[in-house]
Amino acid sequence: MSWGWVLLASGLCLAAKAAGYVVPARLVDRPVITEVGLMLPVSLLAALAALDTVTSGGHYVLDARLPAMGVALLAVWRKAPFIVVVVLAALTAALWRLA
Amino acid sequence: MPGEGAEAPAGEAGEAQGAEAAAPVGEERRRILRNAAAVGLATGAYGLSFGALGTAAHLSVAQTCVLSLVLFSGASQFAYVGSVAHPLAASFSALLLGLRNGLYSLRNRPVLEAGGLRRLLAAQLTIDESTAMLSAEGRLGAARLAFWATGASVYLCWNLATFLGALGAARLGSPQRFGLDAAEPAAFLALLAPRLTTRRSLAVALAGAGIAVALAPVVPAGVPILAAAAVAVAAGVRR
Repeated sequence: MSWGWVLLASGLCLAAKAAGYVVPARLVDRPVITEVGLMLPVSLLAALAALDTVTSGGHYVLDARLPAMGVALLAVWRKAPFIVVVVLAALTAALWRLA
Repeated sequence: MPGEGAEAPAGEAGEAQGAEAAAPVGEERRRILRNAAAVGLATGAYGLSFGALGTAAHLSVAQTCVLSLVLFSGASQFAYVGSVAHPLAASFSALLLGLRNGLYSLRNRPVLEAGGLRRLLAAQLTIDESTAMLSAEGRLGAARLAFWATGASVYLCWNLATFLGALGAARLGSPQRFGLDAAEPAAFLALLAPRLTTRRSLAVALAGAGIAVALAPVVPAGVPILAAAAVAVAAGVRR
């Protein structure tokens, strides 16, 4: 089953890309649509980051992920590259659990 | 349609079509290819972490690689593996995050003027990086090369890195031992950060995160993400 979902998600996202090359531009080239399209990743990525930090299976769970995100926030604020942010967060969580 | 309402590269497409659309040579060509290679290598680092998170989320190495080969859009892929236990919600989040690529396609279309199979290839390579590099070039021919070179370079590096990351993490064992469960929200945060360029985007991010976390314990999986999407729609419409 999980193959089916992997292919569905992949197909949907590829279709979203292809749509921009085939739909008539005048239908979708509007300021409102552009603005919503640019705001979607902002609110969704923020929501995903927050959910993955403080929830687990639909419950609030506060654990090593919280200090890890604190460190990640600091790294992002100091403009650290992507991989540095991710590795620092993983290290923090791993060390927190050892302690 | 070409040029109409589009920005710099397509704007001058009408006149001087020859010089304007000519493929770059010499120093200009080397500069574009060098930039494309650099962007590809930088993206490889994301690819490693994506591959690792994919297998840590109990996808097989092959499934993780198919996401990079076919879906090929970082934020959507991270979102998918992040909630793979609820695949319908995961697919929907991936699609919502991928809608912006459709807007990029629309912008790039008059510049690339690709038809047939090349158009499908252009669609597949339409992502943040290739679009940004295309937009940064002033001349039509340079913009085209920047798109194709960056798209190809990121595609190669991203997929190679995904494979290595997936293979590596599959051998490591328990994700929590290495803090991979914390790597995931950190990856979302790092993808979000460059988009927080205005007060308005910061407000949208805080509202989206706040409403999703507030709803999480009382609604089924996937609904918090929908609520966050509604925040973006409301912000876009009210502008």
